[in-house]
Amino acid sequence: MHLPKIASSTAVTGLTGSMSAAARAAEPVDGGIGFQEAVTPVMEKLTWFHNWMLMPIITGIVLLVLALIIYIMVRFNEKANPQPSKTSHNTLIEVIWTVIPVIILLVMIVPSMRLLYFQDALPETEMTIKATGNTWNWEYSYIDHENIDSFVSSMLEERTDAEAEGKPYLLGTDFPLVVPSGTRVKVLVTSNNNLHSFAVPAFGIKIDAIPGRINETWFEVFEGREGTYYGQCSELCGVRHAYMPIEIRVVTRDAFADWVANDGAFTTTVATNTSGGQTAAQQ
Amino acid sequence: MVAVYGDDHVDSGRPGFFTRWFYSTNHKDIGTLYLVFAIISGLIGGYLSLMMRLELAEPGVQIFESEHQYNVFISMHGLIMIFFMVMPALIGGFGNWFVPIMIGAPDMAFPRMNNLSFWLLPVALVCLLISFFVQGDASGNGFGGGWVMYPPLSTSGSPGPAFDFVIIGLLAAGFSSIFGAINFITTILNMRAPGMTMHKMPLFAWGVLVTAFLLLLALPVLAASLFMLFTDRIPGGTGFFDPAMGGDPVMFQHLFWFFGHPEVYIMILPAFGIISHVVSTFSRKPIFGYLGMAYAMVAIGVVGFIVWAHHMYTVGMNVNLKAYFMAATLVIAVPTGIKIFSWLATMWGGSIRFTIPMLWAQAFIFLFVIGGVTGVVLANAGVDSALHDTYYVVAHFHYVLSMGAVFGIFCGFYYWFGKMSGLQYNKWLATIHFWFSFVGVNLIFFPQHFLGMQGMPRRYIDYPDAFSLWNKVSSYGSYVTLIGTLFFFVMLIEAYISRRRVSDNYWGEGATTLEWTLSSPPPFHQFDTLPRIGRDDHH
Repeated sequence: MHLPKIASSTAVTGLTGSMSAAARAAEPVDGGIGFQEAVTPVMEKLTWFHNWMLMPIITGIVLLVLALIIYIMVRFNEKANPQPSKTSHNTLIEVIWTVIPVIILLVMIVPSMRLLYFQDALPETEMTIKATGNTWNWEYSYIDHENIDSFVSSMLEERTDAEAEGKPYLLGTDFPLVVPSGTRVKVLVTSNNNLHSFAVPAFGIKIDAIPGRINETWFEVFEGREGTYYGQCSELCGVRHAYMPIEIRVVTRDAFADWVANDGAFTTTVATNTSGGQTAAQQ
Repeated sequence: MVAVYGDDHVDSGRPGFFTRWFYSTNHKDIGTLYLVFAIISGLIGGYLSLMMRLELAEPGVQIFESEHQYNVFISMHGLIMIFFMVMPALIGGFGNWFVPIMIGAPDMAFPRMNNLSFWLLPVALVCLLISFFVQGDASGNGFGGGWVMYPPLSTSGSPGPAFDFVIIGLLAAGFSSIFGAINFITTILNMRAPGMTMHKMPLFAWGVLVTAFLLLLALPVLAASLFMLFTDRIPGGTGFFDPAMGGDPVMFQHLFWFFGHPEVYIMILPAFGIISHVVSTFSRKPIFGYLGMAYAMVAIGVVGFIVWAHHMYTVGMNVNLKAYFMAATLVIAVPTGIKIFSWLATMWGGSIRFTIPMLWAQAFIFLFVIGGVTGVVLANAGVDSALHDTYYVVAHFHYVLSMGAVFGIFCGFYYWFGKMSGLQYNKWLATIHFWFSFVGVNLIFFPQHFLGMQGMPRRYIDYPDAFSLWNKVSSYGSYVTLIGTLFFFVMLIEAYISRRRVSDNYWGEGATTLEWTLSSPPPFHQFDTLPRIGRDDHH
């Protein structure tokens, strides 16, 4: 495991400048009730399918049942209806409430399958990164960029550290994964010990990190949606499960090329916060 | 809820206290033991969840000594509530009490095995409780690997003896359930009263029968996978789930969920049965679509065995497998819908009395629908990549369990309490219990949907500030529920102090199953002369 190269203060490029100033692009909002904003095609399709297909259907079903219950309570209570009917069969209505749910499911399953296959079938990707789960941090490797050493990304341990960098506490890391926008990125995910799960809500990806297996997924952040995105480990991995967030810095293709040309250097201001070293040392 | 047998019911050799409660082979006494046991376990499991909600009320770590301790609490909350509260209450408790009576049998087929089934459970619970106080991993006592016990966290990740105690406890609980299942299947298939054909059998007995088959087929798989974990944990032992030895951690997940998915139907099918009786009784109408109701439960049981990997959409399965499991899972919505609509149709045209059990039954139907439709959302493998292992899942399964199975338990409890104890509870105390529970659990779990949508993962002791609001609301909900639960105990104590007697059939005309033909409480041995079920009697 290598620590990332640290650029000298004189070598701060346009990229690193823009990195430190990068706005928070999509992250959880207090009191929020929906998905985080989608910035990839997968999450966009997923959000559409959920919000405009599933939600209307399930809301309709719940409201229908609620309305029936209320009607029944009003119309068929003891006072309103002292003499109960003795009906216990009605083949037609039983067929109806079997067939209609089947039809609803058939209508639902078509776009659902389309989403599943779109998400799962890897398109031609332009670059590959590898995320390895450790106890308890993520190690990132740039498979296609030999000049960039793989590095460990650890949570900023102290609330003050995170606030100093303008990152949300428990989501911000010392070294983010840097990727270009408008580029299809393949992500290989594995683990060195316990199970973990690599999840970024705004990208619509979640894939388990399993020792002895390499899983893959992909994302492509829309151009114009550069910024910082956060995810969290999503499979119970032990004591510090809540403390191994994923921070992804999405930059323009040009900025990314600069960063690569600079051997993946981070600014000194970012690099000084290596407070995750304690956990990395536990391995 | 110690049954008070009136002197007028003294018959063949009623045993003394110790013999009666410790050597018991009487299905009603064993049922009572199960219910008392479930209440005790429920208190333990409830305490664990209350501590979790106190911790999560605001960001930061404030209640727990360590993160490990929190993980221990979440793991044990799940295991204790499932194996030691819901299952003993529904199957061991109500199943033992009412399945023999409802089918017109004098007792269970194997009374002594019934005794063994029960007494394995306290042993199992003690094993789990011991695990709290012995070494789990380097960071503390207890097992913190989640109720799903995935390796490597449960093998190399938890080297201490704590998890060994959990394994032993769960094996004991598993054998208890397998023996119970054999007993129920034999009883129901062989000991029905003359004229009580399968198609006349009350739906609660149907629910327990299907459940017993699920137990019989699913629990041996759990036992096998626990044994494999056990041998994997021995230094120099096997490597079933260890990739360094050619094993695969995902294999455990397949085995676990092959048990784990039928398990969720094991918890809900008996509750379905209870709800059917309560709805029918208080609508003064026979159950609508009886055969559809019975076979819907059979269908749910069968399909429940072929959908397990929908718990594992993110492990990196082949996309075609995901598509299959998604389609199979969605199928379950159909028989479940049949049940919901049949309950509504049973009430339709009825003359409904809003008694305490009926309140729980109505709430059950509505809240189970909410839990059901979020299940449909989660079944979609594509959407699951956003919701898997988030609080949305926690909300979903608590809607079907905490408000499905547990509401079913309280529904049955208030329906049969007079029959079991011979006593009448105070209606106002019971009403307060219901409303506090209803408001409380919805406050706890509805906001968790929002947390999950926003991306908050499960099993987190601490969370970013952006998840504060809904966590706070959720924690307030648990305090409301706590107040409701206190009223449950006040209600119980009051009933035993006041000792108001109930009649044989205190629900009146709508209550048609055989337990209402007996005294309240029933005699120590019932049906010395078997009842005869006429051709035209309905269920």
